Amino acid sequence: MVYAGNFGGERHRFDTLAAVLACASPARSGDSLAGLAAHSAAQRVAARAVLADLPLRHFLDVALVPYETDEVTRLIIDGHDAAAFALLAAMTVGDFRDWLLLPETGSAALAAVAPGLTPEMVAAVSKLMRNQDLIVVAQKVRVVTAFRNTIGLPGRLSTRLQPNHPADDPRGIAAAVLDGLIHGVGDAVIGINPASDSVPGAQALLTMLDDLRERYAIPTQTCVLTHVTNAIDIIARGGPVDLVFQSVAGSEAANRGFGIDLALLREAHDAALGLGRGTVGQNVMYFETGQGAALSANAHHGVDQQTMEARAYAVARAFDPLLVNTVVGFIGPEYLYDGKEIIRAALEDHFCGKLLGLPMGCDACYTNHAEADQDDMDTLMTVLTVAGCNFLICVPGNDDVMLSYQSLSYHDALALRAMFGTRAAPEFEAWLAAMDLIAPDGSIRALAAGPATLVRALAGSGVAA
Amino acid sequence: MSEDAAPPAALPPAALPPAALPPAAVPPEAVPPEALPPEALPADAALWERLRAATPARIALGRVGHTLPLDAVLTFQLDHARARDAVHAPFDAAALAAELAPLATITLDSAAPDRTTYLRRPDLGRRLSDAGAALLKQAVQADPAIAGRDVAIVIGDGLSATGVQAGAAALVHAILAELRGLTVAPVVIATGARVALGDAIGAGLRARVVIVVIGERPGLSVADSLGVYLTFGPRPGRADSERNCISNIHARGGLAPAAAAAILGRLVRDALRLGLSGVELKDVGEALPAPERPAAEQKDPR
Repeated sequence: MVYAGNFGGERHRFDTLAAVLACASPARSGDSLAGLAAHSAAQRVAARAVLADLPLRHFLDVALVPYETDEVTRLIIDGHDAAAFALLAAMTVGDFRDWLLLPETGSAALAAVAPGLTPEMVAAVSKLMRNQDLIVVAQKVRVVTAFRNTIGLPGRLSTRLQPNHPADDPRGIAAAVLDGLIHGVGDAVIGINPASDSVPGAQALLTMLDDLRERYAIPTQTCVLTHVTNAIDIIARGGPVDLVFQSVAGSEAANRGFGIDLALLREAHDAALGLGRGTVGQNVMYFETGQGAALSANAHHGVDQQTMEARAYAVARAFDPLLVNTVVGFIGPEYLYDGKEIIRAALEDHFCGKLLGLPMGCDACYTNHAEADQDDMDTLMTVLTVAGCNFLICVPGNDDVMLSYQSLSYHDALALRAMFGTRAAPEFEAWLAAMDLIAPDGSIRALAAGPATLVRALAGSGVAA
Repeated sequence: MSEDAAPPAALPPAALPPAALPPAAVPPEAVPPEALPPEALPADAALWERLRAATPARIALGRVGHTLPLDAVLTFQLDHARARDAVHAPFDAAALAAELAPLATITLDSAAPDRTTYLRRPDLGRRLSDAGAALLKQAVQADPAIAGRDVAIVIGDGLSATGVQAGAAALVHAILAELRGLTVAPVVIATGARVALGDAIGAGLRARVVIVVIGERPGLSVADSLGVYLTFGPRPGRADSERNCISNIHARGGLAPAAAAAILGRLVRDALRLGLSGVELKDVGEALPAPERPAAEQKDPR
């Protein structure tokens, strides 16, 4: 099949579906690096016009990554819910865009069609949408998950407390946890990226976090972000695993680069469910993704990085995760060059994940060789909150001293709560109130007042000694 | 759940198990917040001093309204500015050559024509420019004895010219001291270099092993860190898994140049003896950290 159309007085022709999608994507460095980007700005718009006229069902007929050799494609196609798709079956991608934007298309309708959507369909429609459209539609989607608290309710914004330390020092990590808690951060998860990949080391950190959480009855979940095989090991050794973490990507080959396949994720999912540690829910998986992951593993199959990212969500979707985090600016400027590209990619990822029914959060972040700074992150955290993002990553003072990149801060969470009135997960909020951390207006108290209770509590416990 | 929920009945504040609250906790209602200004809490101040000492993370920064105090903002901005300057600082290859003299050096460029392109196109930083390839060929023709040696050393600017300018010469001297008894080609100084540029250079010099000294991606706390890569049998197309890496070489609590050179010296001799490098070549006791993140988690400019 040839993909062609007359647009703006010119005939444009694309040889493959992958080429239409790649050329229709807003400009970004990763697609240029892969040699997939549109040759001109006009060609980019023409590709969007061609894409808009494609029937949605075309994505069920043409596999971007071969069905026979890729288990992610098989997962997408074999798991497709034709009944849920029926409402959309006669639509083009352009029709679908219009339908999503109708005020009458509400949360219930979006939830009903989610099992009928494939990652390629949502990636395609996102390429026809401005940032504004991505926000308006995402806002309508609610994805609620639960473990020891309930994440994703309207008016709520959860946060991951990320207390990393360059040498995994337990006291240093405890100090950063305490600082985060007194800023009301940590209801999505208290999660450490370990500097070492040793299994006993990860188990020791996990035990430390679990003791801390138990001691103060904090209604949240903890995680050490180590490889899924390590989590399986730790579960076998009786370690306190709340959530199983894993980075995932959109092709079998890219996942192999992460040392995983679907069978391994299934094994880990079953093992974590078997522990029955959740109190208000049993969403036990925590996935991270990011545009460029497949290309950096040379496993992108000639498909643009945003579509490959959406395919990673098909992997996540199969395991009922508590949290899915797009680590949007972490990968570097060769994939997302500057603040504009990072902000666009974050909104695309949030939109695509939500449409597919995932509890999307975001690490609004950048590295020092990207053309971005905290001003860009201020914009990004604001638009993500407006879009109804489930959770954001927060590190002390915007600086992750282990991973050497910059993200949002505990203070940024305060600012968002003040600007939008967004609150923590209800169970966690009740705990904050019990700890005297919440002022009557719902904001988090300044250190001079209420938090003294918790500081003294923790100091008295020896955790921070 | 589709509707917003008030805190579930099972978990109102009062229902928290009393045992979960440590004995030192002051019941919120017993002491009004205004009775606890920071200056009235010397124990807490001392506690926070101890906590701050436990981590380089930016904790206990204080608050102004719902945001950071200005001094914390400006400190962060200065650290970021230094890191950015390190990424974009021009590389003075001639000055480095002069510093290394009387050591013989060859100065050349990758195929990345400028810094902006370098950051966007890692593939170009892994290839020699046409001029660079020609220059290397001429050098070997002019003095065939520089080819076929045990070790070639490449110094590349990578993501921190600042770090390379400050520390590469000393590190290379420390490395040479550890390589006594081996034959070493003239040091190649490369602008616009990624780690894999060493493959092209090592192949051009027909070296058995190539060592690449390169500037690592600057962090906020350290903007001048160096990494060293070792590849046996260098040729274009070598995979990252075929290299050994020693990272975080810097003066601010990182690995000292002499210590890094000692590890490298052992690795080079083992690589030459075993005829390989990478995951199958281990330096006993040297565990390299492997943070778990989606991709490109390495600080080094691969």
